Amino acid sequence: MAERIIKLPDVGEGIAEAELVEWHVKVGDIVREDELLAAVMTDKATVEIPSPVEGEVTWIGAEVGDTVAIGSAIVKLKVAGEGGAAVEETAADESAQDAPAEKAAPPAPAKPEKPSTPAAPPKLPTPKPAVPALRLATAPAARRAPGEKPLASPAVRLKAREAGVDLRQVPGTGPAGRITHEDIDAFLLHGPEPVRGGGLAQRTDVTDIKVVGLRRRIAEKMALSKSRIPHITIVEEVNVSPLEDLRATLNKKPTPERPKLTLLPFLMRAMVKAIAEQPNLNALYDDDAGIIHQHAGVHIGIATQTPSGLIVPVVKHAEARDIWGCGIELGRLAERGRDGTATRDELTGSTITITSLGALGGIATTPVINYPEVAIVGVNKMMVRPVWDGTTFVPRKMMNLSCSFDHRVIDGWDAAVFVQRLKELLENPATLFVDM
Amino acid sequence: MTEITCKLLVIGAGPGGYVCAIRAGQLGIDTVIVESTKLGGSCLNVGCIPSKAMIHVAEEFEKAADAAAGRTPFGLTAGAPALDLKQAVAWKDGIVQRLNNGVAALLRKAKVKIVHGRARFRDGKTVVVETETGPKTIQAEAIVIATGSAPVELPFLPFGGDVISSTGALALTELPKRLVVVGGGYIGLELGTAFARMGSKVTVVEAQGNILPLYDTELTGPISKRLTALGVEVLTGAKALGLTPKGDGLRIETADGKERSLPADKILVTVGRKPVTDGLGLENLVLDMDGRFIRIGERCETAMRGIYAIGDVTGEPMLAHRAMAQGEMVAEIVAGLPRAWDKRGIAAICFTDPEIVSVGLSPQEAKAAGHELKIGQFPFAANGRAMTRHGEAGFVRVVADARSELVLGIQAVGQGVSELSAAFGLAVEMGATLQDIAGTIHAHPTLGEAFPEAAMKALGHALHI
Repeated sequence: MAERIIKLPDVGEGIAEAELVEWHVKVGDIVREDELLAAVMTDKATVEIPSPVEGEVTWIGAEVGDTVAIGSAIVKLKVAGEGGAAVEETAADESAQDAPAEKAAPPAPAKPEKPSTPAAPPKLPTPKPAVPALRLATAPAARRAPGEKPLASPAVRLKAREAGVDLRQVPGTGPAGRITHEDIDAFLLHGPEPVRGGGLAQRTDVTDIKVVGLRRRIAEKMALSKSRIPHITIVEEVNVSPLEDLRATLNKKPTPERPKLTLLPFLMRAMVKAIAEQPNLNALYDDDAGIIHQHAGVHIGIATQTPSGLIVPVVKHAEARDIWGCGIELGRLAERGRDGTATRDELTGSTITITSLGALGGIATTPVINYPEVAIVGVNKMMVRPVWDGTTFVPRKMMNLSCSFDHRVIDGWDAAVFVQRLKELLENPATLFVDM
Repeated sequence: MTEITCKLLVIGAGPGGYVCAIRAGQLGIDTVIVESTKLGGSCLNVGCIPSKAMIHVAEEFEKAADAAAGRTPFGLTAGAPALDLKQAVAWKDGIVQRLNNGVAALLRKAKVKIVHGRARFRDGKTVVVETETGPKTIQAEAIVIATGSAPVELPFLPFGGDVISSTGALALTELPKRLVVVGGGYIGLELGTAFARMGSKVTVVEAQGNILPLYDTELTGPISKRLTALGVEVLTGAKALGLTPKGDGLRIETADGKERSLPADKILVTVGRKPVTDGLGLENLVLDMDGRFIRIGERCETAMRGIYAIGDVTGEPMLAHRAMAQGEMVAEIVAGLPRAWDKRGIAAICFTDPEIVSVGLSPQEAKAAGHELKIGQFPFAANGRAMTRHGEAGFVRVVADARSELVLGIQAVGQGVSELSAAFGLAVEMGATLQDIAGTIHAHPTLGEAFPEAAMKALGHALHI
């Protein structure tokens, strides 16, 4: 039997490390070739790591939630093969399997504390569940069943009687719900629980959920954006009645080439037009280097809710797509995003982002910029509102746009001009299709 | 007629009454206690204490007899023992006397006035006591009825002559060759065993299917075995019918319905105890009754304001230590302190051979109360101290709620386990969990080690079995 060491392969360009988000195997499992071993998550994408050979898992090198350097060993397999192969031999052999590196050339680990040498002792012999299950004999301050005698030592019972405390009212924090001296003291200090009976009970249990994978990425990204970018948000209302009339007309006879359109492709085209006049809004601000990368291509990220959290698939080169092209690409990406099949490439490279919650969009929002972009366009819900036309109130389909900008590089004036331009384009949809 | 006025009057100076009076005296309450016979009640004079003395004598005699017969496994021999039962009874009486005096001294120290005589209620605040020097009227703000209990007499087998109660049995100065015990409860078996160990031929007649019907057969098993070894004949499901015509034995109906005569020198009737209320003048009060017992609430209060009742006169469990705890509590209530009965367990012990001790709920009771159970049982056969005492019969059993692991009850059977009642009682009263007991270091080598082992067994990891 020989040992094969599976290393974390290069899962995307320029990626030095990835977070291990799921194990599909545990020590002792037999895996077939191409069977999935683990899932890792990079900045954008979740990548499944398949096994290159058949064998038995003998060692697992990381826990869920660990950040693993590309090239470090993650699994050891006992494989049938050229008998008696020593560990050293396979150690020399392993680099030829997954990592494209030269034979015997050690892959560059992102973190020195992650040993890439397979001879290193395993960090953990077995994978552990992400959330260690801490089981107590009883929950703290256990509830007593109605009529159940309160449990307390004779000294505590006496103390309660002397203090005029009805022990039935006192929650017990001790083992088996025993009422302690401290429980009486706390009760005397804070009095009886404010709400009792009626089925309303205070709950003191706490569930610990480890923040891993996509949720951690989102958390880090949001914190980064909000901590670095001073946001300025402008809310403007848009009369979308003409646009909605046009959309209804266009959607009357959908074909595969011209599917039904949502409002977003119109908005994307409006953004392309507005950006053409204000190219500084379509940019990535490398604040560490002090450089603004102003992009000619308009790559619009579409914030999308998936079961596991928020992702942002990107419609590349919106400037080169017509309204149908935008709509088709949008539909395709939304689907892949929800399926979890979006590739890393489809989830990276945006230069400006749209966030829309549809009917849940509220009246106004304060969108968080998709760092290191400089602008985000938020779409609020559309509703019929009375609008004063000079002589009377008329019903209009109105929709607000809430747009945030990086105030370090976008002045309020520029931001306002951009929003007004979007409004103008959307309120006069014909102008979207006219080169001006 | 002399008149006495006091704050608290206690009727009966048994364990409940005298403890109540002492505690009341400590609390500065002007207290009078009335006793018609001797201080200390049944327990001290004709119950717990004298019976234990005689059981000890029997145990020592049996040891000597075993040595004389070469029955010890460790090579001890001795000459044939002789027992002067008269002297044994005198020794026992001496202990009782000392304790009588002790109670009197304690009452005096607590400044309690003792009145000897029979008390009779005139009304809810007034009691008349017939003393040697004439009737005394006592007016009290609070009155505690602590008149205790007495052995039940069978109408077809009245006490007298060779038909004796436990009181009579403890006063025998000559060993009966053949003793028939009617009633296989703990009193009958304690005394029956003692006489068997002293050399009497003992037969136990029990109407129910088992001896010690209040305990499960697991606990009574070692007792039955020991009785057989002692040559005690146990007839369960058998009914006493009356004396033989000549009066030299007992006629019974056996389990299979046949009549049989059991020749006997003495017939000991231990079929229960009844409350003592006769002559107390309860007809002048308006008390709620519970059968023949006085009904009480959680403060030992009766249906009449200012009248309390404690001890055997209030019903089961008829145990001295229950009465004492009630007496102490009532004294404090009379002193104006906030108190109520909130005990979790009262240990009960059979001083048979081996002994049985039980605190809290049995497995059956716990199940009936709706608990899912974790039960751990550890045999003394696996306990070093039990082996070195030459007494390996029995076990310790811990009954706990499966979810909370709260200990609901503890039972044990074995030689000398009565002393484990202290640990068992504390565990139940403090609300110990299995882990509390398993996590307490118990000295080695002792019988008590079986206690944490039983708890560990319930937790699934007993060490020595």
